[in-house]
Amino acid sequence: MQSSLGFPILTWLVFLPIIGMLLVLLVPLGKDERSREVSHIIMRWITVVITFIQLILAIVIYLNYNKGLPGVNDASTFQFVERLTWINANFPIIGHIKIEYFLGIDGLSVPMVLLTAIVCFVAVFPSFVIEKGVKGYFAMYLLLDTGMMGVFVALDFFLFYVFWELMLLPMYFLIGIWGGPRKEYAAIKFFIYTLVGSVFMLLVMIGLYYSVGSFSIIDMMNPENFKPNSIFEGMHTTIRYIAFMALFIGFAIKVPSVPFHTWLPDAHVEAPTPISVILAGVLLKMGTYGMIRIAFPIFPDAVGYFQSLIAWVGMISIIYGALCALGQHKVGQRDFKKLIAYSSVSHMGYVVLGLASMRPEGISGAIFQMFNHGTITSMLFMIVGVIYDRAHTRGLDEFGGLANKMPVYTGIMMVAFFAAIGLPGLSGFISEAMVFLGAFNTYPYLTIASGLGIILGAAYMLWTLQKVFFGNLPDRWNKPWDPTGKKFPGDDLIAREYLALVPLAIIIIYLGVYPNPMLSLMNTSVNYFVQFMKPYVLIGNFLSGM
Amino acid sequence: MGVGLTNYIVLSAILFGLGIFAIITRKNAILVLMGVELILNSANINFVAFAKFNKLNIEGHIAAIFVIMLAAIEVAVALAIVLNIYQNYKHINVDEIDSLKE
Amino acid sequence: MSGEVLLYIGTAILLFPLLSFVINLFFGKRIGKASSIVATSILGVVLILSFIIFYSKVFGHFENKLVQNGNILLEVSDKILQIKFTWLDLQTIQLKVGIGIDNLAAIMLVVVALISFLVHLFSIEYMSGDPRYSRYFAYLGLFTFSMNGIVLANNFLFMYIFWELVGISSYLLIGFWYEKKSASDAGKKAFLVNRVGDLGFFIGIMILYFSYGTLLFDDIFGSIAQGRLPFDSETILTLAGIFVFCGAIGKSAQFPLHVWLPDAMEGPTPVSALIHAATMVAAGVYLTARVYAMFTASALSFIASIGAITAFLAATIALTQVDFKRVLAYSTVSQLGYMIMSLGVGAYTMGFFHLVTHAWFKAALFLASGSVIHAMHHAAHHLGDHHTDPQDIRNMGGLRKTMPWTYRTFLFVTLAICGVPLTSGFLSKDGILAGTLAYAQLTGGWHWLIPIAGFASAGLTAFYMFRLLILSFHGEPKTNVAKHTKENNWIILLPLFVLSILSFWFFYSPNPLDAHQGWFPKAIVQPKSVVPDEQQWEFLLINGYNQNEHTFQQVEHASHHYINGFEEAMHHAHYPAMILSLLIAGTGILFAFLFYQFKILNPDTIVNQFPLLYKVSYKKWYFDEIYNATVVAATVGFAKISALFDLKIIDGLVNGSAWVARNLGYFIGHFDNIVIDGLVNLIANLTGFFGSMVRYLQTGRVQTYVAFAIVGLILLVYFLF
Repeated sequence: MQSSLGFPILTWLVFLPIIGMLLVLLVPLGKDERSREVSHIIMRWITVVITFIQLILAIVIYLNYNKGLPGVNDASTFQFVERLTWINANFPIIGHIKIEYFLGIDGLSVPMVLLTAIVCFVAVFPSFVIEKGVKGYFAMYLLLDTGMMGVFVALDFFLFYVFWELMLLPMYFLIGIWGGPRKEYAAIKFFIYTLVGSVFMLLVMIGLYYSVGSFSIIDMMNPENFKPNSIFEGMHTTIRYIAFMALFIGFAIKVPSVPFHTWLPDAHVEAPTPISVILAGVLLKMGTYGMIRIAFPIFPDAVGYFQSLIAWVGMISIIYGALCALGQHKVGQRDFKKLIAYSSVSHMGYVVLGLASMRPEGISGAIFQMFNHGTITSMLFMIVGVIYDRAHTRGLDEFGGLANKMPVYTGIMMVAFFAAIGLPGLSGFISEAMVFLGAFNTYPYLTIASGLGIILGAAYMLWTLQKVFFGNLPDRWNKPWDPTGKKFPGDDLIAREYLALVPLAIIIIYLGVYPNPMLSLMNTSVNYFVQFMKPYVLIGNFLSGM
Repeated sequence: MGVGLTNYIVLSAILFGLGIFAIITRKNAILVLMGVELILNSANINFVAFAKFNKLNIEGHIAAIFVIMLAAIEVAVALAIVLNIYQNYKHINVDEIDSLKE
Repeated sequence: MSGEVLLYIGTAILLFPLLSFVINLFFGKRIGKASSIVATSILGVVLILSFIIFYSKVFGHFENKLVQNGNILLEVSDKILQIKFTWLDLQTIQLKVGIGIDNLAAIMLVVVALISFLVHLFSIEYMSGDPRYSRYFAYLGLFTFSMNGIVLANNFLFMYIFWELVGISSYLLIGFWYEKKSASDAGKKAFLVNRVGDLGFFIGIMILYFSYGTLLFDDIFGSIAQGRLPFDSETILTLAGIFVFCGAIGKSAQFPLHVWLPDAMEGPTPVSALIHAATMVAAGVYLTARVYAMFTASALSFIASIGAITAFLAATIALTQVDFKRVLAYSTVSQLGYMIMSLGVGAYTMGFFHLVTHAWFKAALFLASGSVIHAMHHAAHHLGDHHTDPQDIRNMGGLRKTMPWTYRTFLFVTLAICGVPLTSGFLSKDGILAGTLAYAQLTGGWHWLIPIAGFASAGLTAFYMFRLLILSFHGEPKTNVAKHTKENNWIILLPLFVLSILSFWFFYSPNPLDAHQGWFPKAIVQPKSVVPDEQQWEFLLINGYNQNEHTFQQVEHASHHYINGFEEAMHHAHYPAMILSLLIAGTGILFAFLFYQFKILNPDTIVNQFPLLYKVSYKKWYFDEIYNATVVAATVGFAKISALFDLKIIDGLVNGSAWVARNLGYFIGHFDNIVIDGLVNLIANLTGFFGSMVRYLQTGRVQTYVAFAIVGLILLVYFLF
C-alpha cells in the first residue's frame, strides 16, 4: 500500500539506515594508515548523509502531517499507513499466525519520529572521535537507528517487538565494545534488564494474540475484538491487571523508573558520548511511548486500577532521581555523566507523572517533555563529551573555571543547564509546567511533593555549574600532568561540535518561546486519547466541559 | 552277545573324544589335522552303524563315502594352509598362531 | 494617546531591553566599549517610553473599547489597558496570556526604567576595565526585560515566567565575578532560596488553575467575585493566597527566606542598587499588590505578620554589621518588610507608595555606597594596599572631606529613609505607620504587636543609618586608604543627584506632612476585594456594606469622607503616628550621634553588658547556621543516603541477584558435570569393563575356540535335553 505521498515514506524512513549500513560495510579498509584514514572519513560522511536524509524525510512527514486526524485507536485516521501481510501461515501446534507489516503514525508518535531523526543526526558528530573499529561502529549505529525508528512507527505488536529487539543488539555491542573500563558489566546489565522487560512484553503479546486473533495494536484496543472465553476477555479481570503490570514493568525498565533504573547510570557512564546521547535522547522515550501506545490503551481498565501507583512511581522517580543526582557530588565516582543519568531518571519521572494524570495538559506535557528531555539531555551529554574529549576525565571535582577558558562552550552549556532546571523561555519549562498543571488536577498532593524535584534539580545543576565552570581552573591543568605532557587544551568549540550543539540549542529556545508547533501536532490525538481513556480512569474534572 | 549298535556308538564316541583331545592339546598343526580326521572317522562309523542297524540304509553309506571324499579334500586344503603358515611363521605351533585375535 | 498605541509602546518597553541583551551577548566582544553606550541608549529610549505611558495612563482618560484582532484581544478601559492572546493551545484548553497596563504598572514601569537607566549610566564608569564588560550590560538588559515582564504581566503564567527569569538574571549578576567562590555561592544560594518561594508560588498557581482553568488575573478574580472558590472552601482560598505570597516571601527576601539578600551583595554594587534594593526585591511587593484582591482577611494577617517580623528582625541585624553594603542590605530587607506589612494591614496605597519612594532613596544609597567603594578601591589600588577591605566601615571615616558630593547626597537620602519631614520617606513611612495603628485599633489583640514592630524598626532604622553615616563619613580617616580617596566623576555622581532629588516631598504631595493631598493616592486606589464578604475584614468593605449593625452605622456616618472604616481610622491615626514616628526616629538619630559622633556613650560597654544580644544581632540571628544545620544538611544527607542506597542496596540487589543466578549456574553446571554426566560415563565404563573382561576369552587360538564350542555344545545338549 502506498502512503499519501505517493511513496512509502515510513519504510524509507525506517530502512534507509540499513542501506547506509550496507554502504558502510562495503567501504574497503585500506592496508596502510593513510588509506584507512580515508575510508574512515568516507564511512563517517556516509552516516552523516544517511541520517541527514532521514531528517529531511522526517521534516517532510512533519510538513505533510494532518493535524486534524486523531489516530490512537482508529486505524482509518492514522497517517502514511503501510499495511501488508508479512507472515500468514499455519504452524504445527501453535496454529495460524498472521503478522502484518503495519506502519503508521499519529500525534503520539510524530514528535518521537522527529526526535529520533534529530538526535540520530546530531549524534553522528560526536562519533567522529571513535577511532577503534570504525566500520563496525557506524554499521551498528545505523542498525540502531533503524530499530528505534521502527519502534515508533510500528502498529503491529509483533513488528514492534521485532524492532524493539533489533535495537537491543547493536546497543549491546556499542556499549560493550566502544565503552569505558567497565563496559562489559554495563553492557550485560543493560542487555539483561531490557531482556527481562522484553520477556514480559512477549508473554503479554502472545496472550493478546490468542485473545484477539491479530497482532494489530489497534485491534487490541477494542474490547469487542476479544474472543469469548479468551484469557483477556472482559474488563477488570485479575489476569488483565497482571498483564498490564507486566507490560508496565517492561516499559518502566526502559524509561527507567525507580526501582528499575540502575542499569541507566552504568550504561551511561560506560557508553561513548554519542551512544549516551542516543540512549538518553531516544531510547528512554521508547519506554514511555510504549506505555501510551500499547499498555494504556489496551488495558484502560487496569490503568484506572493502578493509576495512583503509576503516579507514585512518577513522583518517586522525580525526587529519588534528583536526590541521587545531588548525591553524586558527595558519593561514588563523582562522575559528570552519572549525575546527568540520574537527572534523566528524575526528568522521565515527570513524563510518568504526566501520563498518570490523564488530563490533556498532563499528557501533552508528558509527550512534550519526552521531546524536550530528548533534546536537552542530548545536549548535556554532548557537553560532557566535549570536555571528556579534551581532558579524558569527567570527574566533577577535577574542573573549574571553564567559563573563562571556553566562553562559547559555557554559553551553550548554560542553555542546556537552565533548560534542564526548567527555566522559562526554554522548552523544558513548558512541558514541566504543563505536567504539573495537569497532574495537580488529578493528584494534588503527589504533585506538590514532586515540586521538591524542581528545587533539587536546581540544586544539583547549579552545584555542577559552580564546580565545573565557575571558580578557577585547578593548577594541575596548567602544567604538564600526563605522560604525554599535554596541557589542558583550552580551545573552544570546533565546527563539528557547533554542528551538533547549536541546532539543539535553537530548538530548545524556539520551543520555549513558541511551543505551539509541537503542541499542535499532538493536540488532536491527545484529546482523543483522553476521551478514549476517560470512562476508565480518574481525571480531575473540576473544570466544566471536561 | 553279538556286536550291537551301542558298541559302534561307544567306539565312535571314543574316537570323537580322542579327536577332540588331539585338536585341543596338540601343538603341532599336523597333529591337530589328524585329530580332525579322527572326528570325521568317528562320524563315518556312526553313519555306517546307523545304516546297518536303523532305517538309514544306503544313505548312511553314501554319507560315509561323501565324508571320506570331503576329508581328502579337507586334508589337501588344510595341508596347503599349514604349508603357508609354515612359510610365514617358520613353525606350525598352533599355540603361537593367534593373529585371529586381532 | 489612545489605548492601543500605549499597549504597543508597552510591548516595545518589554522587548527593547531584550534587544540590548541579544546585541551585547552576541556582538558584545566585537563592539567592545560601545556595548555600554548601546545598552544605555536603549534604556534611555525605554525610559522615555515609560514616561509617556506613565503620563498618559495616570493622568489620561480612556473610553472602554474591545478590539479582537485574530488571536489577539485588545481591551481598553480606564482601569486597565490589556492585550490577551492564546499562547498554549491544547484545543480543549487554551492558556491565555498577555500584558496589561494599569496605574500600578505605569508607575512601576517608570521606577524600573529610571533606576535601570541610571544604573546603566553609573556602570559605564564603575565597571570599566572589567574583562566581561559587555556581558555585564547584556545581563542588565536581560534583567530589565524580565522585570518589565513582571510589571506588565496580566496573568499568573507570565508573572511566573518573568519571575523565574528575574531570578536567573539575578543569579548571573550576583555571581558575575564567578572566580570568587563566595560570589558563585551567593548566586546559587539566592537562586535556590528563591526557588523554595517559587515552589510555593507555583503551588498557588496550580490551585488557581485547577479551580478556574485559566491564569488571567481578570478571569480568576472575576470567578472568585462570583463566589466560586477553590475546592469550594474558604480555607483553600486563604491557602492559595498564602502560597502565591510565598513567591513574594522569596523574592522580596521576607522572613524566613530573607537569608539570600545580604549574601547577594557579592555582586557588583550597581547591581545591588538595581536588583537587590530598588526593583527585583520590590517585585514581591508588586506581586502582592497585583493580586491583592484575592487575599482573605486571614491571608492578609499572615502577610502583615511576616512583614512586621521581617522589618524588625532585619533592623536588629543591621545594627551591628560592619560591611557597608550589608548594612544597606539589611535595611532593604527591613524596608521591604515595611511594605509587605503595609499591604497586609490594608494600607495598600501607602505600601506601594513606599515601594516607589524607597526605590529612589535606596538606589541612591547603594549607588553612593558604590561611589564610596569605587573610591576606596581606587585609593587602595593606588597605594598598592591589597589587605584593606574597601567595604568595611571600620576602614573608612572622614570621607566627608574627600568625597563631599557623595556625602551630601548620602546624608539627604539617609534622612529620607529615616523618615524625616520634607522627604518622600517621611510621607510614605508615616502613612504606613498610621495604617498599622489603624489596623491594630480596629482588630485589637495581638495585632498591636504589628505597629509596635513598625515603630521599633523605625527607631532602629534611624539609629543604624546614622551609625553607618557617621562611621564612614564623619570623624577622622581610620586608614590610609580612606585618607587618599577622591571624589568620583560626574558619570557616577549624576545618578546620585537625580535619585536624591526624587526624594523630595514635592514630587508627590504639595503638603510635606500629608501624602493624601498628592496625586499618588488618586492614582493608586486599593482594588475592590473579590473575596466573599465574610472572608474580609469588615472595615475594609467598601461603603460599609455589611450585616454587622455596628460597623454599618459607623461607616455610614463616615461615608461622606471615607470609602471604608479603615480609611477613617487611618486618617485619625495620622497625627499620632506622625508625632510618634518623629519622636522615635529623632531618638534613634540622637543615640547614633551620642554613640558614634560625640562618643558620650560607648557602644562597647553596651556590647559587654548584653553580649548575647550583640551576638545574636551580629550573627544575624543564626539563620544561616540553623538552615545549614537543618535544611541544607538534611537535603545533602538525604542525597547522600539516596546515592548510597542506589549504589549499595538497589544496585546491590541487582548485582546480588546476578550473583545468585551466576552461582546457581555454576552449581547446576557442576551438578551436570558430576552427577548426570557421571551416570552416563558410569554406564559406558561398565560396558567397557565387561568388554575388557570378555576380551580375555578371545585368545586367537583356534584350539581355545574349539574348546569353547564344545563346552557350549555340551551345555546346549545338557540344557536342551
